[in-house]
Amino acid sequence: MQDIYLLVAGPLAWAAWAIFFLGSAYKIWSTLAVAKQKDQVLLNYVSFRYALRSIINWSIPFNTTNMRLHPVFTGVAFFFHIAFFVLLIFISAHQIMIEEGFGIGWVTLPDIVADILAFAVLGVCVFFAVRRVIRPEVNYVTDWTDYGLLALVTAPFLTGVLAYHQVGDYMTMVILHMLSAEILLVAIPFTRLSHMLLASLTRGYIGSEFGMVRHVNDW
Amino acid sequence: MKERVWIQDEGIDRGAEKLTPERIEKTINAVLGNEAGARLKAYVETCAHCGLCAEACHFYMSRDKDPRFSPVGKVKQTIWEMLDKKGKVSVEFMKQAVQVAQTECNLCRRCVQYCPFGIDIAYMMSLVRRIAHKLEITPLYIQDTAHSHSATMNQMWVKDDEWIDALHWQEDEIREELPAARIPLDKEGAEIMYSVIGPEPKFRTQLIYQAAAIMNETGCDWTMPATPGWDNSDMAMYTGDSEMMGRLKRMHFDTAARLRVKKIVMGECGHAFRSVYDTGNRVLGWRMPPVPVIHALEFYWDLLNSGKLKVAKKFEEPVTFHDPCNVVRGRGLHEKAREVVRAFCTNLVEMYPNKEHNYCCAAGGGVINCGPPFKNARVEGNRIKAEQLRATGVKVCIAPCHNCHGGLEDIIHKYKLDIELKFLGEIIYDCMEKPNAV
Ligand code: SF4
Ligand code: SF4
Ligand code: SF4
Repeated sequence: MQDIYLLVAGPLAWAAWAIFFLGSAYKIWSTLAVAKQKDQVLLNYVSFRYALRSIINWSIPFNTTNMRLHPVFTGVAFFFHIAFFVLLIFISAHQIMIEEGFGIGWVTLPDIVADILAFAVLGVCVFFAVRRVIRPEVNYVTDWTDYGLLALVTAPFLTGVLAYHQVGDYMTMVILHMLSAEILLVAIPFTRLSHMLLASLTRGYIGSEFGMVRHVNDW
Repeated sequence: MKERVWIQDEGIDRGAEKLTPERIEKTINAVLGNEAGARLKAYVETCAHCGLCAEACHFYMSRDKDPRFSPVGKVKQTIWEMLDKKGKVSVEFMKQAVQVAQTECNLCRRCVQYCPFGIDIAYMMSLVRRIAHKLEITPLYIQDTAHSHSATMNQMWVKDDEWIDALHWQEDEIREELPAARIPLDKEGAEIMYSVIGPEPKFRTQLIYQAAAIMNETGCDWTMPATPGWDNSDMAMYTGDSEMMGRLKRMHFDTAARLRVKKIVMGECGHAFRSVYDTGNRVLGWRMPPVPVIHALEFYWDLLNSGKLKVAKKFEEPVTFHDPCNVVRGRGLHEKAREVVRAFCTNLVEMYPNKEHNYCCAAGGGVINCGPPFKNARVEGNRIKAEQLRATGVKVCIAPCHNCHGGLEDIIHKYKLDIELKFLGEIIYDCMEKPNAV
């Protein structure tokens, strides 16, 4: 068990982060390279100012018309994305690892807050899954990959919570937690989770078109 | 889910008879693989299948939220399947795909404003149309219009002499009211080239009359071309025939260049504006149109604000204003348009949602041009617009776009609304000061 732990916490973790960063860089680079090769015309319509305007407006909760049309989903989705990164960066167990690895640290979340957040995120994952099933317009465009990706995202939280509460064998849970997080990291650049990387490009492009050519808001 | 009824169309059916699986595969891969690039790739890879774009679409809203009419639902029925199967789709599939892309999407781009990632579904529907064009399964009626474009360089098979006759006739007419008025043909060095769409000389000559009255009474230095190039409309843009779109726009811009005008002013049409201002110039390699292009709404606003256009009396009856997507979501003219409407009308009652969030009339994007076979489906697909119109309680709707007129007329008829449609120019013509009138 110890050996597996060392493998998952050591080389695999490094590999996962490396694949994540390299993969992400590749993803963005390749998208831009194809754009340069085939959509040269479009690049002429990218305006930094309007791209930023669009990105900012879509980053403010309840700022766009559609966000106000779907207040519950908007609240939940913003919470989910923020909580995801907050937990990743500020949870004390993660901090310990970072400190051991790099000798740096920053403020951490009190465990109880982290715990509540993690449970809430799990709740959101259930919400996303249920929404996929019961909303016809979502269900119609859902296939197994959507549930697969949701499972990938849920797994680190589920195993994290279980480990923290010492449900099941602690060591096993920690290993599963790290493993699932590593799989998620690796998956981001190569699946539709890459919206994390591409969203600002698609947003920025359409924001430019709307702002610069069409003189109208895109939100 | 209810079984879908697919409509029979001669153009689609006859074209489909000649299709082979190899040809479909080759064409799809050529368009999606070669012509499309990073944009399509990013859209497909970013879409979270979240369905948040659904409520943006009037077809979805009007069809009791049937998910097959949601924007992303249309992508699923077309692009996703083509990509998944790497182009190995059946003839039957292609017949349905062209129907989805060509008759159930107005390319109105409302959904773009509702997708968190700004995914341009209208662009993807255009790609499907492009594939259908290359496979020769475009619906019959719109293809006929595209043929007219390529044979005559106008939309309505108007012959060169018929065009000039129509203008002379309107000039004769107008001189009874405004004796000094002219419709200057081919005047080199004029400031403005005024261009219209094919149907104007054919069925709506009174619009040329009214525009001429406005031009003359506000003292504009203007001209209309006597040669092909006068028509700014463009159904080729909507059938995915980019090559033909390029020829049309080149002729239009060349004509403006030949006449050495400073700008092109266009009549009240939405799609033509999109073609000249946004799409056609790109096909020809101009980032922005080589000659400034001014839509009628902006032109009226300019005239009003420079003091050339003066209000003689107000239009008293309450009116509502339909925002044509192509000049609102396509050019942000909604505020200027309202300023002009308010200047000429006492009571403007808004529809909601409006301005850049308007619902399309369901005629645009070439859908009305697909003709009678698709008329019922189109009108049923826009119940929501009828409800919007009804809620205003007014009896006059200003719609500054030809296609919108067609689409709204059908809706008014089908949903038994007691509303009269007007172009803004009509109201201006009625209510403006005409210093030279007898
Ligand atoms: S009709 Fe308009 S809102 Fe509906 S899918 Fe097409 S572009 Fe989007
Ligand atoms: S197009 Fe945008 S809004 Fe529609 S399902 Fe995809 S990501 Fe969601
Ligand atoms: S016809 Fe009018 S409302 Fe309809 S798409 Fe064109 S501009 Fe928009």
